[in-house]
Amino acid sequence: MKYAFSRKQLAIPYAIFLVLFVILPLLVVIFYAFTDGEGHVSFHNFLAFFASSKTVGTLLYSIVIAVTTTLICLLIAYPTAYVLAKTNIRSGDALLLLFVLPMWINFTLRITALKEILTLLEGNLAMHPFLNTIVGMVYDFLPFMILPLYNALVKLDDSYMEAAQDLGASRRHVFLKVVLPLSVPGIVSGVTMVLLPAMTNYVVLDMVYNSTYIMGSLIGSYFSSYDWHNGSVISIILLIIIGVSTLLSNRYTQGEENGRVGNLR
Amino acid sequence: MKSIGKNMWIWLVLLFLYAPILILMFYSFTDSTMIGSVRGFSLENYKTLFTTEELIQMILGTLLLAIGVACLSTVLGTAGAIGSFYSRKRTRTCIELANQIPVVNADVVTGFSVCILMIAIFHIKKDTYIPLVIGQTALCVPFVYLSVLPRLRQMDQQIYEAALDLGCTPAKALFRVIIPQIVPGITSGFMTAITLSLDDYFVATYTKPATFDTISTYVVNATKGSQTQIKTALWALSTIIFLVVVIFVVAANRVKAEDHSK
Repeated sequence: MKYAFSRKQLAIPYAIFLVLFVILPLLVVIFYAFTDGEGHVSFHNFLAFFASSKTVGTLLYSIVIAVTTTLICLLIAYPTAYVLAKTNIRSGDALLLLFVLPMWINFTLRITALKEILTLLEGNLAMHPFLNTIVGMVYDFLPFMILPLYNALVKLDDSYMEAAQDLGASRRHVFLKVVLPLSVPGIVSGVTMVLLPAMTNYVVLDMVYNSTYIMGSLIGSYFSSYDWHNGSVISIILLIIIGVSTLLSNRYTQGEENGRVGNLR
Repeated sequence: MKSIGKNMWIWLVLLFLYAPILILMFYSFTDSTMIGSVRGFSLENYKTLFTTEELIQMILGTLLLAIGVACLSTVLGTAGAIGSFYSRKRTRTCIELANQIPVVNADVVTGFSVCILMIAIFHIKKDTYIPLVIGQTALCVPFVYLSVLPRLRQMDQQIYEAALDLGCTPAKALFRVIIPQIVPGITSGFMTAITLSLDDYFVATYTKPATFDTISTYVVNATKGSQTQIKTALWALSTIIFLVVVIFVVAANRVKAEDHSK
């Protein structure tokens, strides 16, 4: 029989790769989360997570850190993206480049730089662990919030705002009733870009000497003590949070590409 | 009046984003061991950076890993995108769903899950570098796939058919007709993969051999230690990386701008 090449076959290696190294790892994590040391099915690990005030506290602390970081990023990024989107198109794009350029610099090096400045300003970093963590996270994630907001706002047609103004809307109303609703897809994809990493990026906390755990640090510490069952439980909890937020955000951002890496248009 | 406020805001945000890097760059050219205390001009940090065996190996290792992972991801992702684009809708939907997983997943979970898969199921040791390469590739391929796919959609499908009608074999038509049309997508996918690999800390830290360090894992460990000589040499590294990124981004943007004006 003669071998016949068809374009469809090119998908086979990638499909195998996805099954082996993307889907299978998740199945392994699910297996470890729901079994005990002897391989028996057990919900004990999950119950233990929600029964311990320490781990629940970690979950809450992660949420507080993530929500605070996201809100501050949004408050800084929205006006910035708006100003950039409303300057004339050519210089707007060039300026945007300045704001997203930090994305391409290794984040550990950027946080190191920030840490030096904070040390200079505060003396002892350990005095303000929460503040420093938030500053570090905002510093790390701000470009990822600016890019999707810019992409949403730059598409906004000025004539909508002019129409609203002509029909007697005040500036505040134009913003609340026209600009804000039309930029929701940008807000949603910016929020997903920041919220989840801020729950898990424990390197930022480590580097500013914040010894309180977030969800990511829990995985790290279970991992280093070879406790794969509990590490998997944390992974599953994170996966559920990620799954729910992805489903929610997909309703608003259909067709929007993921801005994890600066894809400039 | 209004525009003064706007400009002030833009400058403030830029100051926040760039002041730490620029100040660190300035101090990398001095002999100070901490910022704030100005002393004399010195290239000592650069000398340390380029003469310390450990640092050189770490930098070269990181670059080699990034290039390897990016090549692997580009081949796999490009083939995957072409294949799934011409597959039945159900196959394509399945691939696209699985492709989304590493994109939305937390890197910590990706690294952790790949690591236990490799160790517990496949019994592959981390010293082989296989877990590291596979883990980072799993992180990067989806982005190659996503950057190639739109190019396939924009492509004129009839040229391929025409090539076949004119006697071209499907394999040859793939390389002569399809690939040349999606090159921009492939290049940007490759660059994305390089960036992701260079920036990755979490997958690397869970899957790397104990004796190997990437820039990210090295920096995180170095900041925990108290070796000032290494610390300030990393300032020099930051300076170089910053300059390289600026040059790359400006150049890439030039190329893009020329493409658009054509």
